Amino acid sequence: MSREKRTAIFLVNGILLLIVVLWTIPTIGLFISSFRDRDDIRSSGWWTILPHYTWVYTGETLPLPQGQTRDAPITIEGVTATFDEWRVGVDTGQGERLVWIGTLRSGRLERYSQQWAANLDFTTENYEQVLSGKEFQIQSSDGTTTTVQGDDMTASFLNSLTVSIPATIIPIMIAAFAAYGFAWMSFPGRRILFIGIVALLVVPLQVALVPILRDYVQLELNGTFLGIWLAHAGFGLPLATYLLYNYISSLPKEILESAFIDGASHFTIFTGLVLPLSVPALASFAIFQFLWVWNDYFVALIFGGLNRQNQVLTQRIAEMVGSRGDDWHLLTAAAFISMLVPLIVFFSLQRYFVRGLMAGSVKG
Amino acid sequence: MQKTEAADRIIPGSSGMPTPLRTILTLIAPIVVIFALYMGFIFLREQGNASQMVKTVVAIVWGIGGAMALFYVANEVVELLPNKWMARIQPFIFVGPAILLLAWYLAIPALRTLQIALTDQNTGQFTLENFRDVFTQRIMIEAWTNNLLWMLIGTTLTVAFGLLIAVLADRSRFERAAKSLIFMPMAISMVGAGVIWKFVYDFNPNLGLLNATVTAAGGQPQAWLTLLQPWNNLFLILVLVWMQTGYAMVLLSAAIKGLSEEMLEAARVDGANEFAVFFRIILPNISGTLLTVVTTIIIFTLKLFDIVMIMTGGQFGTEVIGVRFYREMFVNGNAGSGSAIAIVLLLAVVPIMLYNLRQFSQRDTF
Repeated sequence: MSREKRTAIFLVNGILLLIVVLWTIPTIGLFISSFRDRDDIRSSGWWTILPHYTWVYTGETLPLPQGQTRDAPITIEGVTATFDEWRVGVDTGQGERLVWIGTLRSGRLERYSQQWAANLDFTTENYEQVLSGKEFQIQSSDGTTTTVQGDDMTASFLNSLTVSIPATIIPIMIAAFAAYGFAWMSFPGRRILFIGIVALLVVPLQVALVPILRDYVQLELNGTFLGIWLAHAGFGLPLATYLLYNYISSLPKEILESAFIDGASHFTIFTGLVLPLSVPALASFAIFQFLWVWNDYFVALIFGGLNRQNQVLTQRIAEMVGSRGDDWHLLTAAAFISMLVPLIVFFSLQRYFVRGLMAGSVKG
Repeated sequence: MQKTEAADRIIPGSSGMPTPLRTILTLIAPIVVIFALYMGFIFLREQGNASQMVKTVVAIVWGIGGAMALFYVANEVVELLPNKWMARIQPFIFVGPAILLLAWYLAIPALRTLQIALTDQNTGQFTLENFRDVFTQRIMIEAWTNNLLWMLIGTTLTVAFGLLIAVLADRSRFERAAKSLIFMPMAISMVGAGVIWKFVYDFNPNLGLLNATVTAAGGQPQAWLTLLQPWNNLFLILVLVWMQTGYAMVLLSAAIKGLSEEMLEAARVDGANEFAVFFRIILPNISGTLLTVVTTIIIFTLKLFDIVMIMTGGQFGTEVIGVRFYREMFVNGNAGSGSAIAIVLLLAVVPIMLYNLRQFSQRDTF
């Protein structure tokens, strides 16, 4: 390998590494925090689990110098400082520091030394508490014990799957049919209808909430999975149609032409030829639609009805924020659990983004 | 060669003459499918005592299978028709479901919104007053300015990073790992992202990573999202860039992988350096995807709502149109103003759409 080539590879990987590290740090923070104790999360940064140079209490306590007043400087171990300064802590040389704890008469002097330390108290209790419906004893630092009901997220996890999988596949199917229709079939109104669909990309879905809810109540669709799927399909269709149109319309005309000459119908060309060729585009959009639906809160909240049985994961988490907004330890664990499925989907669909999937079929 | 192979895979059976038996079956099929789907719907709504797992599986199969079956039987029925009628109706089997759903869920609500925007809430008379507010209120001007900022900076950074990562990853052995990690923020819900960025921007240097860094370097902790105006908008935009770069990267990367290796290799053999290959060959050939990505992210920044709502609530000079709309419509109960905002937002995107549609009319169809 030439020297130039090695430098180029080094440069590519170096820049990539830098960006990836920047992108990942916030999530690492969440991940680490989710394994930390509730008091730790509030009192120190997650990065203190890394070795850092800091003042650590040596366990040594010095006797207080007697007969001192608040106003006069106090000399301890050859260092002179006012009482207020001692309260904050004074360096006595050799990487040591003395801190006056308590009052002037009945306090104590603690010796700290500067050394490497890491805050490695980890716990899985946050996850246990979030995942199971059991009750938990929580001991806080002041010695009191409180009993807390754990959050059962398993049922809402299944509900999220029930909502997300069809709400991903149905709109993609409908959009792929439509994209093919707009790209390769001629019919009156084709241009204006397509413009209309793309223009709907900008309609904020909040506009639709109230009228659709009224229709749902009348049709008894409120609180049903079908209602939620259709809503996600309706709101996701403009982007799905637009993206899939861009891909399907760029397929080489010759392939379709030769299929027509062989007597195939639009339907067989679509299912037998266009869909298999569009797998990369379908997979990319499937990932996005799945993520949006999985992470959606508004649509589920409004069209999900009042039935608590049908609650999805985001609703549970939002409920947790509402009822215990200060419990960062639970929120971090819950947020991480809700990330798992989208990541699995991404990893399993990633193999479709391989080079040459298109190239192979285009070459005549 | 492969071209004909691909075409051969499709058996041109559907173009044969329909037999009477097949005609009857094709006509009965839709009735059976619709009845089966209705039964499934009733089962799912009543829920019964079935276990959660069973319900999950039934619902998924019913939903996806049902949609497929409807498309299939509808097409079978249409293909029974004489050729002339089939050619007229078949396109609507393809685009019809999408159009109906979109009309119901977005187009009609949008028209209704336009009507509300043009109506005075008190007198019921036609008025343009609501639209005047959209452009003259001080808070609205702040929101428009901020949205412009989001659109310009947010879109530029997101697309630039997405493109950079897609190109770099294409040449790296660590492609899968790098792309997965960049994509990860997309998997996080807004609630989760709010928690994550609290641990970055918090004022307390013991909680906020950014302030911990600043104080470690000897500086004073800053209130990044509140007092640091107008830069706080930039810190909010970074959250968007962080979340959306994965989107740009996946689409652009797929487009780059669709380019033929021979073409790139030929350019390199001719002595083009990597920058020339990128600007002269890769960029022009993925311009279609680039336009798609830029368009969707611009629209995303215009509709932007949850990042601002969750992190600042639109206070401290960070107001955006999406939050304004939500407040007028659902908090202040001012449907007229809210609707006018939504309509103006819709109109703001028309130029971008027109640009997108320039090529559309020049296409050949069958």
